[in-house]
Amino acid sequence: MRYIEPHGHMVSRVTDDYEAMVLAGCRAVCEPAFWAGYDRSGPEGFYDYFCQLTDYEPKRAAKFGLPHFTWLCINPKESEDMVLAKEVMALIPQFLERPNVLGIGEIGLNKNTRNELKVLEQHIDLAARHDQLILVHTPHLEDKYKGTRLILDAMKADTRIEPARVIIDHVEEHTIQMVLDEGFWAGITLYPESKTTPPRAIDMFEVYGGQRVWLNSACDWGRSDPLAVPKTAVEMRRRGHSDETIDQLVFQNPIRFLSQNPRFTVH
Amino acid sequence: MTRQQLLDLYFMDARSKLIDIAAFLDRVDRGEGDADFRLDAFRKALAELNRGEPVRAKGVLMSLSDPTTEPIAKAPGKGAVGAWPGTGIRCE
Ligand SMILES: [Zn+2]
Repeated sequence: MRYIEPHGHMVSRVTDDYEAMVLAGCRAVCEPAFWAGYDRSGPEGFYDYFCQLTDYEPKRAAKFGLPHFTWLCINPKESEDMVLAKEVMALIPQFLERPNVLGIGEIGLNKNTRNELKVLEQHIDLAARHDQLILVHTPHLEDKYKGTRLILDAMKADTRIEPARVIIDHVEEHTIQMVLDEGFWAGITLYPESKTTPPRAIDMFEVYGGQRVWLNSACDWGRSDPLAVPKTAVEMRRRGHSDETIDQLVFQNPIRFLSQNPRFTVH
Repeated sequence: MTRQQLLDLYFMDARSKLIDIAAFLDRVDRGEGDADFRLDAFRKALAELNRGEPVRAKGVLMSLSDPTTEPIAKAPGKGAVGAWPGTGIRCE
């Protein structure tokens, strides 16, 4: 088996996870910027984090022969503070030329507030001005449906944005259809408690098709499983899917989306 | 896959989760004091299981979702609790 982990917060994982992922067939890992589990005290904390994502973490992954890519932003959980958000967004352009940066992400909404939405629009503008791919986090639980609709509206309102260059992540059964109908890519996140389980992810793949869909573990410092993607591939086999279909979903699809940025290459 | 194959694959797992839900509701019944809006929301979401077509997962998710469309003025906190204090959305 071979697969891509297109969404993993590896700075929060132990080195043994890298080894386990490589043993399971992982050929590349992509790490969107996100919330540390606590609020950083100022833009300097983000500067250090962006250095970690673009310098230190790729070296840690390289020890296992695993290419590491990243996405940069201030995450929606910290974008209620618009002054901080502005300062952090001003730091991003100097990092965009680093060799493992794929685009702007994971941006989006958390509690669907006015400030979060303004910061989302500013990130969309930043991505458009620098011709970057976009990775979007959709809100949790009861906030997901409303947040997904607001995010799609904000994306469509900026005519410079091509939906095929945007992935809307953490879709579930009530949001996947609207994302695909508007021409965006959809990410399905496999979590032990919230988001989706492997059987539900495969249900969505069977019902809505796998043309513009990827699977990810979104493993971070919370309850999550860095091997969720290969475990779902095993479940797909039990459901009678062919090796070619599985390879398409867990390997070829993420490559098709990510290689819209020529920096993304896998061997 | 055939219905028979799907039952063979998933029946025991679904049976276990069904009993867990029953036991959870029993446990809450035996508890003391008032329940907040989540219990009502949970019971309403359970009704979605009686649908006669394969949109139950979507129905449950929608019934637990915030149905409003305008961004709110200020975040009440960072987390989500899994249910909406008002009436969720009935999807057709
Ligand atoms: Zn994430």
